[in-house]
Amino acid sequence: MKLRFEVDGDEFVLAGEASSKLKKVLMQLGISSQLIRKIAIAMYEAEINMVIHANGGFIDAEITPDKVFVSLSDTGPGIPDIELAMKEGYSTASDKVRELGFGAGMGLPNMKRYTDDMKVTSEVGKGTTVELTVFIS
Amino acid sequence: MTLKEVQQHLSAKVLVGEEYLDREVFSGCGSDLMSDVLAFVKDRVILLTGLVNPQVIRTAEMMDIHAIAFVRGKEPTEEVLKLAALKEMVVLSTEHPLYISCGLLYSNGLTGKKDE
Ligand SMILES: Nc1ncnc2c1ncn2[C@@H]1O[C@H](COP(=O)(O)OP(=O)(O)OP(=O)(O)O)[C@@H](O)[C@H]1O
Ligand SMILES: [Mg+2]
Repeated sequence: MKLRFEVDGDEFVLAGEASSKLKKVLMQLGISSQLIRKIAIAMYEAEINMVIHANGGFIDAEITPDKVFVSLSDTGPGIPDIELAMKEGYSTASDKVRELGFGAGMGLPNMKRYTDDMKVTSEVGKGTTVELTVFIS
Repeated sequence: MTLKEVQQHLSAKVLVGEEYLDREVFSGCGSDLMSDVLAFVKDRVILLTGLVNPQVIRTAEMMDIHAIAFVRGKEPTEEVLKLAALKEMVVLSTEHPLYISCGLLYSNGLTGKKDE
């Protein structure tokens, strides 16, 4: 099953809608709640990043019997140093974003923690793609 | 601890989910940083926070958290409460600050040790 979501980069209030929708679909498919939670958290972190650090984009999700694969692509500023960005506590979030409860520098580490595979590709000035895989055992 | 007991210990108002107050929680998580909350997976958690934007509800949703206590007398907008109601959550509001709220629940037995 393939699903595509658009993420509006200007609507902080709506961020998380796509993750919420995917979560519902996975529940209907009868996947275990522990696995769904891992996927939902990782995707939600990535979706929030698309809104707070970039200007939105597209999410493609692919569900097969053995895994859930989610690819999130934005056309934002890109990440100059991915290794640094992956460090716990590293964040370039603005004060405004921090006031909203984000900017702990835990999003990318959380994505890694909750997925079986995570790939970040980014080009400065072009955008960022995050690919998340969780195996269904 | 049932949510009814949580409500009593925090002298909290019930903003949403009066009908679910018999639900039990085993552990609490107090933070104003959503990614910190997202790093902490446990079953049957109540989230205590001073933030009231819709992403608090979303964060709880992703974590399968069904109980939220807003501290420092904070109350979210109708829109946020509607989202919480849709997710069948219990939403409380207490005048106590975050530190005191967590302390009250912990000292009354919500230590997280009974989890799972
Ligand atoms: N999609 C993106 N586009 C551009 N920069 C990004 C993107 N995602 C992450 N970054 C950069 O990587 C840093 C770390 O991201 P991470 O998600 O770990 O933390 P955060 O978003 O700053 O805070 P938190 O996720 O804890 O709320 C960000 O502060 C930002 O500089
Ligand atoms: Mg983030």
